[in-house]
Amino acid sequence: MAYRTHLMVCTGTACVSCGAFNIKKLLEEEIKKQKLDKEILVVGTGCQGFCAQGPIVVVQPDDIFYQLLSPEDIPFLVEEHFLKGRPVKKMMYTPPGEKIQIPTVSEIGFFSKQRLIALRNKGLIDAEKIDDYIGRDGYNALIKVLTSMSSEDIIKEIKNSGLRGRGGGGFPTGLKWDICKNSKGEPKYIICNADEGDPGAYMDRSIVESDPHAVIEGMLIGAKAIGAQQGFVYIRTEYPLAIHRLEVAIEQAQEYGLLGKDILGKGFDFDLEIKQGAGAFVCGEETSLIHSIEGISPEPSQRPPFPAESGLWGKPTNINNVETWANVPRIILRGADWFAGIGTEKSKGTKVFSLVGKINNTGLVEVPMGITLKEIIYDIGGGVPGGKKFKGVQIGGPSGGVVPASLIDLPVDYEKLTEVGSMMGSGGMVVVDEDTCMVDLARYFLEFTSDESCGKCASCREGSSAMLEILTRITEGKGKEGDIEFLEELGYAIKDASQCGLGQTLPNPVLSTIDNFRDEYEAHIKNKKCPAHVCKALISFHIDPDKCTGCTVCAIKCPADAISGNRKEPHIIDQDKCIKCGICYTVCKFDSVKVE
Amino acid sequence: MPKLNIKDLEEIRKKVRKAALLREGISNAKITVHMGTCGIAAGARPIMNALIKIVEESGRDDVIVTTSGCAGLCSREPMATVELKGETPVKYGDLTEDKIKKIFSEHVLKGKIVEEYALVIGSEREP
Repeated sequence: MAYRTHLMVCTGTACVSCGAFNIKKLLEEEIKKQKLDKEILVVGTGCQGFCAQGPIVVVQPDDIFYQLLSPEDIPFLVEEHFLKGRPVKKMMYTPPGEKIQIPTVSEIGFFSKQRLIALRNKGLIDAEKIDDYIGRDGYNALIKVLTSMSSEDIIKEIKNSGLRGRGGGGFPTGLKWDICKNSKGEPKYIICNADEGDPGAYMDRSIVESDPHAVIEGMLIGAKAIGAQQGFVYIRTEYPLAIHRLEVAIEQAQEYGLLGKDILGKGFDFDLEIKQGAGAFVCGEETSLIHSIEGISPEPSQRPPFPAESGLWGKPTNINNVETWANVPRIILRGADWFAGIGTEKSKGTKVFSLVGKINNTGLVEVPMGITLKEIIYDIGGGVPGGKKFKGVQIGGPSGGVVPASLIDLPVDYEKLTEVGSMMGSGGMVVVDEDTCMVDLARYFLEFTSDESCGKCASCREGSSAMLEILTRITEGKGKEGDIEFLEELGYAIKDASQCGLGQTLPNPVLSTIDNFRDEYEAHIKNKKCPAHVCKALISFHIDPDKCTGCTVCAIKCPADAISGNRKEPHIIDQDKCIKCGICYTVCKFDSVKVE
Repeated sequence: MPKLNIKDLEEIRKKVRKAALLREGISNAKITVHMGTCGIAAGARPIMNALIKIVEESGRDDVIVTTSGCAGLCSREPMATVELKGETPVKYGDLTEDKIKKIFSEHVLKGKIVEEYALVIGSEREP
């Protein structure tokens, strides 16, 4: 019998870590108990994007959004809504600072400004059921290319769509395919780069978890265009859920004959294999990734020759990232003009961003190119929590740069971000507020990249360590006159002298923070102050005697016994004993602890 | 599972299309069975089960069956509201399985309101 209601339980990694599998199990049990199991179907979907509010359940066809569910909520929810038909308000979403709940997905600002292409199936299908994907136009684009398009037609369509690589470089995808197709050498290979490594970024993981067949179909179309019969998905071992769902998807596609020999009886052969990487950042670089698949040390090679001419085992190889592949079936099905009609002059379509950091609506969003930062951060992201001041947004991960608050009206596309010293990258957006120290932020990213440098080029290996050392010194209050200028000189030298993208971009967070927040660097070096009150060596805690009531809470909580004073008399902090943990600042109810 | 050809794939798509449409919330008709305590006591559950079966047998994949709470007219339960796309909702009361069958075939399929069972046309509004 058909079901009248489907409960779409988000089982992306973020919700799973909040207990989504348990919520799903409890829903199924409770629905059975109420004898509704013939009417109501519980479906586990991939990431629905609103990760801050997990665990999430969306009720279809009513479009009702339940969030932050706990196991205790489930019996009540099932009885009230699914048995008695009364939606439960207290489990619905209330925007920050507001009091009234919003019942449906389509009315929630986080969802309503998004435009979905790569994530079009999020929350609508069970990623482990190929039939669910087929029901949403799945493998229709494959039928189209196998029955009515030549290799040239496909490449022309992708070229006309204006699709560019979503992994960071932004190279035109159609042109990349064309070069590989025309390269001499057989066999040809195609690769999906799922080695997402930027801290705070999880776009590709979510696409693979929620819609693995979109990636497989995209690769099938690419293989047909380029003339490849074998493909690889290079994915990091630390993405176990994504790997599992991809394995299931490949197996189901093979069973249906959508992968393998003579696909759909049209004489086209293509198969796909998963290669797991150990999670090295440098493997996101094409030539390193190829070496990793070959089983040798993942150091980048000099280009040219490009992988399109000489890649995997010396054969012509085309690499695109997950999001790029996931866009392909929609472009084929809906046409290049449709896709090219979305976005800006040189950046077409949409981009998926992971919105993290000091933002209310942490999550995964897909927006049209050209949308302003303001729309992303305020309309979709719901602004900065706690009434704090928005300071900037780090885009493009450790290779990107910070866009300051003054540029909040900037339209987001490849060109505009590069112009302001940042980059699209793979789409990580880390929002920072007034409590974030920009020197410390730059130091954090340099710590990451100097750790991940493969060590082949001296400029990257030694340069990143040298930059990190200077940045660490500045945050410890030991900055010297001339440090800023030296960081700049070193940064440009590393960019010039490094072979691959890792070294060429690692100075970006430092250079862009110097450009936009030079006064913060100067405050650290010249005045020995950290304006954001983050760098421990540069701050001190004091108690305002006029405000202190002598309640003794801070003295009791202080782990270092640094606070003394008699009851009902102002207390004082012994600066020699203080470890600057900030606990007194947090526990004081009278606002008497000051940070300087 | 034998390998598919294009026709097989289209068959699968047709079969699962209804579930896909339901999840997208795309419909031309919505039937709401009122499931307050009064409705359930008066027999709304068998009405619901019958309705789901009728919709399935009709082969229509653009009809949504859903529930809501008590409609306020407890003495006339079981009740259901039929809402065709772009048209005024109609409330039916004192339902039986036969009545809901007729309402489906006349109102939902042919667009003709079954006046003899209809309680009210239109819905109450917030002042």
